[in-house]
Amino acid sequence: MFIAATIAVLVALTLAVSRAILGPTVFDRVLAGNSVGTLAILLLAAVGFLTGRPEWLDIALTYGLLNIIGTLAVLKFFRYGDLAYDQEDGA
Amino acid sequence: MELIVNILSWIFILAGSFFIVIGALGLMRMPDIYTRMHAASVIDTTGAGFLVLGLILQAGLSLIALKLLFILAIFFFTGPVVSHALAQAALAAGVEPELAEDRRGQTTATPAKDGKSKEIP
Repeated sequence: MFIAATIAVLVALTLAVSRAILGPTVFDRVLAGNSVGTLAILLLAAVGFLTGRPEWLDIALTYGLLNIIGTLAVLKFFRYGDLAYDQEDGA
Repeated sequence: MELIVNILSWIFILAGSFFIVIGALGLMRMPDIYTRMHAASVIDTTGAGFLVLGLILQAGLSLIALKLLFILAIFFFTGPVVSHALAQAALAAGVEPELAEDRRGQTTATPAKDGKSKEIP
Protein backbone atom coordinates (compact mmCIF):
# COMPACT_ATOMS: atom_id res chain seq x y z
CA MET A 1 0.00 0.00 0.00
CA PHE A 2 2.90 2.36 0.75
CA ILE A 3 4.31 1.53 -2.67
CA ALA A 4 1.09 2.72 -4.32
CA ALA A 5 1.39 6.04 -2.48
CA THR A 6 5.06 6.28 -3.46
CA ILE A 7 4.28 5.68 -7.13
CA ALA A 8 1.44 8.24 -7.04
CA VAL A 9 3.73 10.86 -5.50
CA LEU A 10 6.41 10.10 -8.09
CA VAL A 11 3.92 10.52 -10.96
CA ALA A 12 2.75 13.81 -9.45
CA LEU A 13 6.39 14.92 -9.07
CA THR A 14 7.00 14.24 -12.76
CA LEU A 15 4.00 16.38 -13.72
CA ALA A 16 4.99 19.19 -11.34
CA VAL A 17 8.59 19.26 -12.60
CA SER A 18 7.40 19.39 -16.21
CA ARG A 19 5.18 22.35 -15.27
CA ALA A 20 8.21 24.01 -13.69
CA ILE A 21 10.15 23.52 -16.94
CA LEU A 22 7.29 24.55 -19.27
CA GLY A 23 5.66 27.30 -17.17
CA PRO A 24 5.31 30.46 -19.25
CA THR A 25 5.63 32.96 -16.38
CA VAL A 26 7.91 32.93 -13.36
CA PHE A 27 4.87 32.50 -11.09
CA ASP A 28 4.00 29.19 -12.72
CA ARG A 29 7.51 28.02 -11.92
CA VAL A 30 7.25 29.23 -8.31
CA LEU A 31 3.92 27.43 -7.92
CA ALA A 32 5.38 24.25 -9.40
CA GLY A 33 8.42 24.57 -7.14
CA ASN A 34 6.18 24.88 -4.11
CA SER A 35 4.25 21.79 -5.21
CA VAL A 36 7.52 19.92 -5.71
CA GLY A 37 8.46 20.79 -2.12
CA THR A 38 5.11 19.52 -0.81
CA LEU A 39 5.44 16.33 -2.83
CA ALA A 40 9.01 15.82 -1.59
CA ILE A 41 7.71 15.91 2.00
CA LEU A 42 5.00 13.37 1.18
CA LEU A 43 7.53 11.20 -0.69
CA LEU A 44 9.85 11.23 2.33
CA ALA A 45 6.98 10.18 4.61
CA ALA A 46 5.79 7.41 2.27
CA VAL A 47 9.27 6.03 1.57
CA GLY A 48 10.08 6.18 5.27
CA PHE A 49 7.12 3.93 6.02
CA LEU A 50 7.92 1.75 2.98
CA THR A 51 11.43 0.98 4.18
CA GLY A 52 10.36 0.76 7.83
CA ARG A 53 12.38 3.79 8.89
CA PRO A 54 9.87 6.54 9.77
CA GLU A 55 12.69 8.60 11.31
CA TRP A 56 12.91 10.36 7.96
CA LEU A 57 9.96 12.44 9.10
CA ASP A 58 12.43 14.78 10.82
CA ILE A 59 13.90 15.60 7.42
CA ALA A 60 10.36 16.03 6.06
CA LEU A 61 9.59 18.58 8.80
CA THR A 62 12.72 20.54 7.94
CA TYR A 63 11.79 20.53 4.26
CA GLY A 64 8.35 21.84 5.16
CA LEU A 65 9.83 24.82 6.99
CA LEU A 66 12.37 25.49 4.23
CA ASN A 67 9.70 25.28 1.54
CA ILE A 68 7.65 28.30 2.65
CA ILE A 69 10.72 30.45 3.31
CA GLY A 70 12.16 29.62 -0.10
CA THR A 71 8.89 30.34 -1.91
CA LEU A 72 8.34 33.67 -0.15
CA ALA A 73 11.97 34.67 -0.75
CA VAL A 74 11.70 33.98 -4.48
CA LEU A 75 8.41 35.91 -4.67
CA LYS A 76 9.87 38.89 -2.84
CA PHE A 77 12.94 38.87 -5.04
CA PHE A 78 10.92 38.91 -8.24
CA ARG A 79 8.66 41.68 -6.93
CA TYR A 80 11.31 44.07 -5.63
CA GLY A 81 14.48 42.76 -7.24
CA ASP A 82 16.15 42.83 -3.84
CA LEU A 83 15.75 40.57 -0.83
CA ALA A 84 16.72 43.36 1.59
CA TYR A 85 13.98 45.70 0.32
CA ASP A 86 12.38 47.77 3.07
CA GLN A 87 9.36 49.97 2.40
CA GLU A 88 10.39 52.67 4.87
CA ASP A 89 13.82 52.81 3.34
CA GLY A 90 12.36 53.13 -0.09
CA ALA A 91 15.56 51.63 -1.39
CA MET B 1 -9.77 -4.22 15.49
CA GLU B 2 -6.35 -4.31 13.92
CA LEU B 3 -7.91 -5.25 10.61
CA ILE B 4 -10.43 -2.40 10.71
CA VAL B 5 -7.71 0.18 11.38
CA ASN B 6 -5.60 -1.30 8.60
CA ILE B 7 -8.43 -1.20 6.07
CA LEU B 8 -9.32 2.37 7.09
CA SER B 9 -5.72 3.51 6.71
CA TRP B 10 -5.46 1.83 3.30
CA ILE B 11 -8.58 3.65 2.16
CA PHE B 12 -7.13 6.95 3.38
CA ILE B 13 -3.75 6.33 1.73
CA LEU B 14 -5.36 5.36 -1.58
CA ALA B 15 -7.66 8.40 -1.49
CA GLY B 16 -4.67 10.63 -0.77
CA SER B 17 -2.71 9.14 -3.67
CA PHE B 18 -5.70 9.65 -5.97
CA PHE B 19 -6.10 13.30 -5.04
CA ILE B 20 -2.36 13.92 -5.34
CA VAL B 21 -2.35 12.62 -8.92
CA ILE B 22 -5.53 14.61 -9.71
CA GLY B 23 -3.94 17.80 -8.37
CA ALA B 24 -0.76 17.28 -10.35
CA LEU B 25 -2.79 16.62 -13.51
CA GLY B 26 -4.63 19.89 -12.92
CA LEU B 27 -1.31 21.67 -12.38
CA MET B 28 -0.26 20.43 -15.82
CA ARG B 29 -3.51 20.92 -17.73
CA MET B 30 -5.07 24.15 -16.42
CA PRO B 31 -4.79 27.22 -18.69
CA ASP B 32 -3.43 30.02 -16.48
CA ILE B 33 -1.68 30.66 -13.16
CA TYR B 34 -4.81 31.23 -11.05
CA THR B 35 -6.56 28.05 -12.11
CA ARG B 36 -3.29 26.19 -11.65
CA MET B 37 -3.13 27.46 -8.07
CA HIS B 38 -6.62 26.11 -7.58
CA ALA B 39 -5.47 22.70 -8.80
CA ALA B 40 -2.27 22.76 -6.76
CA SER B 41 -4.18 23.48 -3.57
CA VAL B 42 -5.82 20.05 -3.94
CA ILE B 43 -2.38 18.50 -3.37
CA ASP B 44 -1.80 20.62 -0.26
CA THR B 45 -5.13 19.99 1.42
CA THR B 46 -6.99 16.88 0.35
CA GLY B 47 -4.11 14.81 -0.99
CA ALA B 48 -1.63 15.48 1.80
CA GLY B 49 -4.40 15.39 4.42
CA PHE B 50 -5.70 11.95 3.45
CA LEU B 51 -2.20 10.49 2.95
CA VAL B 52 -0.91 11.75 6.30
CA LEU B 53 -4.08 10.60 8.08
CA GLY B 54 -3.57 7.11 6.65
CA LEU B 55 0.06 7.12 7.76
CA ILE B 56 -0.99 8.25 11.26
CA LEU B 57 -3.37 5.29 11.47
CA GLN B 58 -0.48 3.01 10.47
CA ALA B 59 1.86 4.56 13.04
CA GLY B 60 -0.51 4.29 15.98
CA LEU B 61 -0.06 6.33 19.14
CA SER B 62 3.60 7.28 19.05
CA LEU B 63 6.08 10.06 18.43
CA ILE B 64 5.84 9.33 14.72
CA ALA B 65 2.14 10.17 14.71
CA LEU B 66 2.96 13.46 16.44
CA LYS B 67 5.53 14.31 13.78
CA LEU B 68 3.00 13.52 11.08
CA LEU B 69 0.52 15.84 12.79
CA PHE B 70 3.17 18.58 12.78
CA ILE B 71 3.65 18.05 9.03
CA LEU B 72 -0.11 18.42 8.56
CA ALA B 73 -0.10 21.59 10.68
CA ILE B 74 2.74 23.04 8.56
CA PHE B 75 0.72 22.40 5.42
CA PHE B 76 -2.42 23.94 6.84
CA PHE B 77 -0.68 27.09 8.04
CA THR B 78 1.73 27.73 5.16
CA GLY B 79 -0.54 26.77 2.28
CA PRO B 80 -2.87 29.79 2.49
CA VAL B 81 0.06 32.16 3.11
CA VAL B 82 1.91 30.99 0.02
CA SER B 83 -1.26 31.01 -2.10
CA HIS B 84 -2.07 34.56 -1.03
CA ALA B 85 1.47 35.81 -1.68
CA LEU B 86 1.63 34.08 -5.05
CA ALA B 87 -1.73 35.40 -6.29
CA GLN B 88 -0.92 38.91 -5.09
CA ALA B 89 2.51 38.85 -6.73
CA ALA B 90 1.03 37.59 -9.99
CA LEU B 91 -1.69 40.27 -9.99
CA ALA B 92 0.83 42.99 -9.13
CA ALA B 93 3.04 41.85 -11.99
CA GLY B 94 0.09 42.21 -14.36
CA VAL B 95 -0.70 38.60 -15.15
CA GLU B 96 -4.29 38.63 -16.36
CA PRO B 97 -6.61 35.73 -15.57
CA GLU B 98 -7.65 34.11 -18.82
CA LEU B 99 -10.98 32.67 -17.82
CA ALA B 100 -12.42 35.55 -15.77
CA GLU B 101 -14.72 38.15 -17.17
CA ASP B 102 -14.31 41.50 -15.46
CA ARG B 103 -17.74 42.61 -14.24
CA ARG B 104 -16.62 45.70 -12.34
CA GLY B 105 -18.51 48.79 -13.45
CA GLN B 106 -20.55 46.81 -15.92
CA THR B 107 -24.36 46.87 -15.75
CA THR B 108 -25.46 43.56 -17.11
CA ALA B 109 -29.20 43.41 -17.60
CA THR B 110 -30.36 40.43 -15.64
CA PRO B 111 -34.15 40.29 -15.86
CA ALA B 112 -35.59 40.12 -12.37
CA LYS B 113 -39.04 38.84 -11.58
CA ASP B 114 -40.69 42.25 -11.42
CA GLY B 115 -39.38 43.17 -14.84
CA LYS B 116 -36.71 45.59 -13.60
CA SER B 117 -33.11 44.91 -14.43
CA LYS B 118 -30.75 44.19 -11.59
CA GLU B 119 -27.25 45.58 -11.44
CA ILE B 120 -24.39 43.27 -10.69
CA PRO B 121 -21.96 45.10 -8.42
